[in-house]
Amino acid sequence: MSTEKSVWRKAYEWHEARLPIVTWLDHSLGTKYPVPRNLNYWWNFGSLAMFMLAVMIFSGIVLAMHYTPHATMAFDSVERIMRDVNNGWMIRYMHMNGASFFFIVVYIHILRGMYYGSYKAPREVLWWIGLLIYLAMMATAFLGYVLPWGQMSFWGATVITNFFSAIPGVGDSIVTLLWGGFGVDNPTLNRFFSLHYLLPFVIIGLVFLHIWALHVPGANNPLGIDAAPSDKIPFFPYYVMKDVFGLAVFVVFYFVVVFWFPNSMGEAVNYVTANPLQTPEHIVPEWYYLPFYAILRSIPNKLLGIILMFGSILILFALPWLDTSRVRSGNFRPVFRVFFAIWIVDVLILGYVGMKPAEGIIPTIGMIGTFWYFLHFAVILPVLGWLETPKPLPASISQAVLKPAE
Amino acid sequence: MANTAHVHAADAVGETRRDFLQYTTIAMAGVGGVMMVWPLINSLNPAADTLALSTTDVNISGIGEGQRITVVWRGKPVFIAHRTAAEIDAANKVNVSELRDPQPDSARVKKGKEAFLIVEGSCTHFGCIPQGMKTTEPRGEFGGWFCPCHGSVYDTSGRIRKGPAPENLHIPPYAFTSDTTVRIG
Ligand code: HEM
Ligand code: FES
Repeated sequence: MSTEKSVWRKAYEWHEARLPIVTWLDHSLGTKYPVPRNLNYWWNFGSLAMFMLAVMIFSGIVLAMHYTPHATMAFDSVERIMRDVNNGWMIRYMHMNGASFFFIVVYIHILRGMYYGSYKAPREVLWWIGLLIYLAMMATAFLGYVLPWGQMSFWGATVITNFFSAIPGVGDSIVTLLWGGFGVDNPTLNRFFSLHYLLPFVIIGLVFLHIWALHVPGANNPLGIDAAPSDKIPFFPYYVMKDVFGLAVFVVFYFVVVFWFPNSMGEAVNYVTANPLQTPEHIVPEWYYLPFYAILRSIPNKLLGIILMFGSILILFALPWLDTSRVRSGNFRPVFRVFFAIWIVDVLILGYVGMKPAEGIIPTIGMIGTFWYFLHFAVILPVLGWLETPKPLPASISQAVLKPAE
Repeated sequence: MANTAHVHAADAVGETRRDFLQYTTIAMAGVGGVMMVWPLINSLNPAADTLALSTTDVNISGIGEGQRITVVWRGKPVFIAHRTAAEIDAANKVNVSELRDPQPDSARVKKGKEAFLIVEGSCTHFGCIPQGMKTTEPRGEFGGWFCPCHGSVYDTSGRIRKGPAPENLHIPPYAFTSDTTVRIG
């Protein structure tokens, strides 16, 4: 072997000296990015979310090549994608169920952060950007759901755009501006398509900031203590391999649904063309909005219902200060764990309430569930931080492994 | 040294002047930015062809007492109800000051045509179409309309009585052009 550098090596160095992109990637997601050695599988969901964003963008761009954003043609163009376009059914089912799986992944990702206290100092800005991504996802999915122009598309769009009519004074003008007419109609569909194409790219920008904000303090870990450099391992190859393994398992679940249960999470009535003269018997949003829809419906006052519905998400921005405990990980907070579990059950109950017609006992359960939701964040978490005695924290990650707590 | 002092004095004056220039520049850029963005936003408002007022003429001679029909105006439903004497009575018996959106029945119909109630068929909550146009549909406990979306109940004058909707069913602009026809819009 000669000591001469190969021509490839020279070309690589020439390029890196001008645009050090490989070095940058190596520091971002490679051998120069140190990660705590003790991450469990709950830490896989961030990379899964990135994967789903890519799936949505690729499938969406192809769908857009076959889709017609016009009120008289949109429904038929989607049916044509389903029946006539080569592999169209698969691309659409990947996109349609991809939205659901994207939300499943992101919900687990958020709950992971809430249990292990990943929102606490010094990761508050990281948490905020995550919440902005979540809000942008909700907007994107709502806009996308309108595009096939079925009955639920139309009436979902009608109800949700009317949310803004609750704003005192200017509400009605804002709704007219959103519609571009006297109701949800062709101008609305057109602009929703434009925005549905745009927002995923805004999400990419936010993901970039999210990762940047992650790299400043580094990843949290299941013990919630700061990891010493000796307790860190490089992202490549260790966590790349782990993420790829997690992805392989995840993709099995995703495609089982895409191929065998593609309509299990959808509403049959959305296969009926939009009819502005007939409201479907029972309006329900997609499953990922249900708890918030339940909060909206539980309050018998239009403006207050809207405020509490948006408030239920906005309150998460204050979570780093509402949780007064200095211990991050729920593993060391026995009382917090119980209330965290109760809160999850509460959200699931609200989801069930949002799915059912508002009759009989359902609105009462919705009110209690809404009350508990806010009680948890506004009272229980702040007080718990003072009253609870956390279990002793290990001095380091390696100590926790070598000397298990008695 | 006199030289330095001179430079300092000039600096101090220059600083405030420069600040002023910077603030005015930023303010002007802001105004310019808003002026540029407004046409973009305003383009989203209803276009001229959408706004071109449409009218709908309806022959009401065929609507029997107690019957209700739906007509389409601007692509959305309008309810026309030929009310029975009992329904008009019920609408008039209400203590107006107790209503959420206080309006006497007389303010919601045309004089001499009190039997005909004409309202937009769009719930003032989030815009669903209330049920009650057919006798087989639920009309709510006040005999008017019932919105299935979140349970708003309207009376025989189309006024909100129960549930989350804040306002009475809106009344479109209309006029009786003859004894048997009404022009909406
Ligand atoms: C954050 C990423 C995205 C999410 C969460 C999302 C969500 C959705 C949802 C829920 C639907 C309705 C599916 C149905 O019920 O039929 C939809 C439809 C659609 N989306 Fe997306 N989308 C995303 C990205 C994109 C991108 C980048 C494009 C590129 C233009 C796109 C293009 C379309 C088209 C053309 C439709 C209508 C066809 C159909 O209904 O299947 N989407 N989207
Ligand atoms: S839209 Fe009628 S009650 Fe909500």
